[in-house]
Amino acid sequence: MRAINLKLLRDLWHMKGQALAIVMIIASGVALCVTQLSALETLRHERTSFYTEQRFAQVFANCVRAPAHTVQDIRSIPGVDVVEARVTLEVMLDLPLLREPATGRLVSIPDGRHSALNDLDIRKGRMPEPGASGEVVVIEMFANANGYKLGDTVDAVINGRRRSLRMVGFALSPEFVYSIPAGEMMPDDRRYAVMWMNQTELAAACDMVGAYNDVTLTLLPGASEREVIARVDDILRPYGGLGAYPRKDQVSDWFLNNELTQLETFGVFIPLIFIGVAAFLLNVVLSRVIATQRDQVAALKAFGYSNLQVGLHFAQLVGVIILLGGIIGTLLGWWLGWLLVGIYGEYYHFPKLVYLMPPWVPVAAVLITAVAGYAGTFGSVRRAAALPPAEAMRPEAPPNYRATIVERIGLQRWLSQPTRMILRNLERKPFKSALTVVGLALAVSILVMGTAFMDIFLHVIEVQSNVMHREHLTVTLSYPRSRAALHELESIPGVVYAEPTRAVPATLRFRHRYRRVAIQGIEADAQLSRVLNTDLEPIPMPQQGILLSRVLGDALEIRAGDELTVEVLEGARPVRRIAVVALVDDFMGVAAYMDIHALNQLMQEGDVISGANLLTDGRDERAINDELRRRPMVGAVASKAAIIGNLKKVIEENLMVSLSINILFAVIIAFGVIYNAARVSLSERARELASLRVLGLTRGEISYILLGELAILTIAAVPLGFLLGDLLVGVMLTTLNSEVMRFPKVISDTTYALAASAVIVSATISGLLVRRRLDTLDLVEVLKSRE
Amino acid sequence: MEEEQVYVLADDTRAVVFEARGVTKVYHMGEVEVHALRGVDLQLYEGEFVVLLGPSGSGKSTLLNILGGLDTPSSGEVHYRDHDLSAASERELTEYRRNHVGFIFQFYNLIPSLTARENVALVTEIAKDPMTPEEALAMVDLADRMDHFPSQLSGGQQQRVAVARAVAKRPEVLLCDEPTGALDITTGIKVLEALERVNVELGTTTAVITHNAAIAAMANRVIHIADGRIARIDTNAGRKKPGELEW
Repeated sequence: MRAINLKLLRDLWHMKGQALAIVMIIASGVALCVTQLSALETLRHERTSFYTEQRFAQVFANCVRAPAHTVQDIRSIPGVDVVEARVTLEVMLDLPLLREPATGRLVSIPDGRHSALNDLDIRKGRMPEPGASGEVVVIEMFANANGYKLGDTVDAVINGRRRSLRMVGFALSPEFVYSIPAGEMMPDDRRYAVMWMNQTELAAACDMVGAYNDVTLTLLPGASEREVIARVDDILRPYGGLGAYPRKDQVSDWFLNNELTQLETFGVFIPLIFIGVAAFLLNVVLSRVIATQRDQVAALKAFGYSNLQVGLHFAQLVGVIILLGGIIGTLLGWWLGWLLVGIYGEYYHFPKLVYLMPPWVPVAAVLITAVAGYAGTFGSVRRAAALPPAEAMRPEAPPNYRATIVERIGLQRWLSQPTRMILRNLERKPFKSALTVVGLALAVSILVMGTAFMDIFLHVIEVQSNVMHREHLTVTLSYPRSRAALHELESIPGVVYAEPTRAVPATLRFRHRYRRVAIQGIEADAQLSRVLNTDLEPIPMPQQGILLSRVLGDALEIRAGDELTVEVLEGARPVRRIAVVALVDDFMGVAAYMDIHALNQLMQEGDVISGANLLTDGRDERAINDELRRRPMVGAVASKAAIIGNLKKVIEENLMVSLSINILFAVIIAFGVIYNAARVSLSERARELASLRVLGLTRGEISYILLGELAILTIAAVPLGFLLGDLLVGVMLTTLNSEVMRFPKVISDTTYALAASAVIVSATISGLLVRRRLDTLDLVEVLKSRE
Repeated sequence: MEEEQVYVLADDTRAVVFEARGVTKVYHMGEVEVHALRGVDLQLYEGEFVVLLGPSGSGKSTLLNILGGLDTPSSGEVHYRDHDLSAASERELTEYRRNHVGFIFQFYNLIPSLTARENVALVTEIAKDPMTPEEALAMVDLADRMDHFPSQLSGGQQQRVAVARAVAKRPEVLLCDEPTGALDITTGIKVLEALERVNVELGTTTAVITHNAAIAAMANRVIHIADGRIARIDTNAGRKKPGELEW
């Protein structure tokens, strides 16, 4: 090996602590980037191939009951390629082993053949035989979660009649990659099943012979989606059409896309912080290395090494660190990405979720790191390359110091000499001090951000379960009924109190903008399920007019006082202009609220309810469930305890993992920043500190001079880190918030305390490591050495 | 480049290696101008051993640096054989140093992370016709210390490694800036012996800067420098062996 390369390796070995700290920071950034982007690419790839192979539809529409002949009308819309009409039905399931209520969705498939669209991927078993009775294919995760085997049966209440369904196949579908019951956010595979049944049998079971209530279609290349949707709406309007929507609004696809967007944001944004910190540290460390090697640079040049060779030498030093970080980061990211894809596989169900690592992902991550690293060190490398050899031979001029601002304003008599040294040193290098503070602040902010998400989710759960929704069970009726139904529900043993709800599907239009929502009818004096603002105060329900959530108001670009057009998609389908009374800041995404009586008036239907919130005596929810299931009028029952329990489980399983990774990475940053700052300070000032020891200062006193400076920087970094953390949380929330859900910015004191203490502790440990070197400072040797 | 034109002066038949005419050097230190050299005229001849003698701050290091292509004059001309060093580009100076000059510094300037052998190899790897590091180290009597790191060597040994490193490329000129400045008499003499041996055996033109007048006795010529000018040039009738020097 060439001598100059030996020098490189030995220099690296000599600064191994510092180099390792930077390598780990780079590795963290690269690992995060590689993890998220490889998972993103894997999911994207699976999505594309699954959607293509199973012919996932592009436009979806539901209606109450459309005659079969209208399918031909839809097929003849210009731009429409394949159309498939189906019968779908929400059902209650009776799972003897399950305490909580379970629901299912029955979807029809053509008898004896594969669907033209949204085809099933049969994982086990077979499709139902044509003409066979009670055979279904169920979605695989439901079977797995409940331990079903092929041939097992599950009881469902179809149209008020209990049917025993035999599971002959387990399948996956592009429509249910993310499979959640209506109105919920998290999948719970044990208590939600999608089941496919022969068209003839399902249509007969729910009075849909010769009709359909669900249609999906694909488009020809170049067709206008908007146009087709409008035409489908026209055709289905007389049959209770609920408004067609494009694939991107389809529930499963929407969640999947949302997840991919987050991966992309997190995969790029957060690693940039690490890479920025690494670039800064490389700059600090390399500047110092070059400063201590001035005489070596001079010798190299005196012997005929060119500026380029000297520059390359130091650039290679940076390159080795970046490359090492890149390799470790890629391997770590590979492993974490594989784990992450495994976790995604539990929520997003693809037939074969094969982890992909496209080579461009690590290459891009390392390239970006290299660009940042070299941008950070370019100045130092160039200075070393351009160092005139004759000048390099002489030691650097003593740095300029002056009295600090604290002293100049007359506080000097309060400061000891060592404290003055600390302050003067800080003030002499304001830029470097500032960057150290920023580096530490970023570590604090990463911790704040990671932990804040825990706060936010727990807060949302707390608010949802204890403040907004005080009911225990939510009942959705099969179809709207008179208020008498409420009394029937209230009479069930164990039910203490029932409160009516009314949900009406409608399109809200303002100028050229529109959204499909379910308008919630709420009792003015509702006690259980209330509309709350972000301060958790109940929002009074006006007797007339409509309340919109802020998200919906923004989407429609409407303000309080404006009138919007409500096109009801149910019953007599009235169209009315209604004034927006207020925009409310609540946690929900798109939501619209009206007084239940005003809503019923709009519907011209009298005193009607479509569901109820039940308060129970808390003793035997299971018995109440059984009671409810027995009644044909009950379409679905949701148990708050089950939903909250599931949410908590998901959070514990996944957020804890990402929280620990966050803490680890933030500690790596804090440690790296402080350790390098301390080592560089020590190197710059060893002579000065040794002189002070010779003059009689104790180890403690010189430690104070060196570490006091770092302590001040660390303490200054904490509030800045809180501020940056707040900002980061805000940025992350904008990617997380959607028209489905809005998360409040909640950061608890514990989070701040945890972030600050993790960084302070790791800074202290790295400071103490450097202090050990101070204790073993060889006074004679240091003073003898030139400089 | 190797076909050098030879400057011949009437009073000396040896070829001129260096010729400096009217060389000045001004450093700007902030507001202050420091005149390090104030018009130096000088010739160095092939194979001679010259001592540049003068107090610190007299400008002798500046002159040596300019001769070695580490620095350029503010005005005046410096020629190394047919190379005009005063007009050379950075790249040409690097080539010049790489191919023709060996440097020895007061503080050795060894690379601490490399062994003696590797420090020499650092230079032989980029030279045109070098000796092996082993040969060079044998010349300075350090064959048994080749795999020691600088921190494991005494000052005199380190300086001899530096001598080996400087001569390994078989330079035409050897420029030494206070080579014994940091050494005691015994180790200093060992270093001087190594320099003399190179001068005699390889015929390398050698210029040694020192403020130690005793060393002057081993030179062919002694150039006295004071206040940025050449004060006087002495020619020694006979050269003393380093072992005979006393200080």
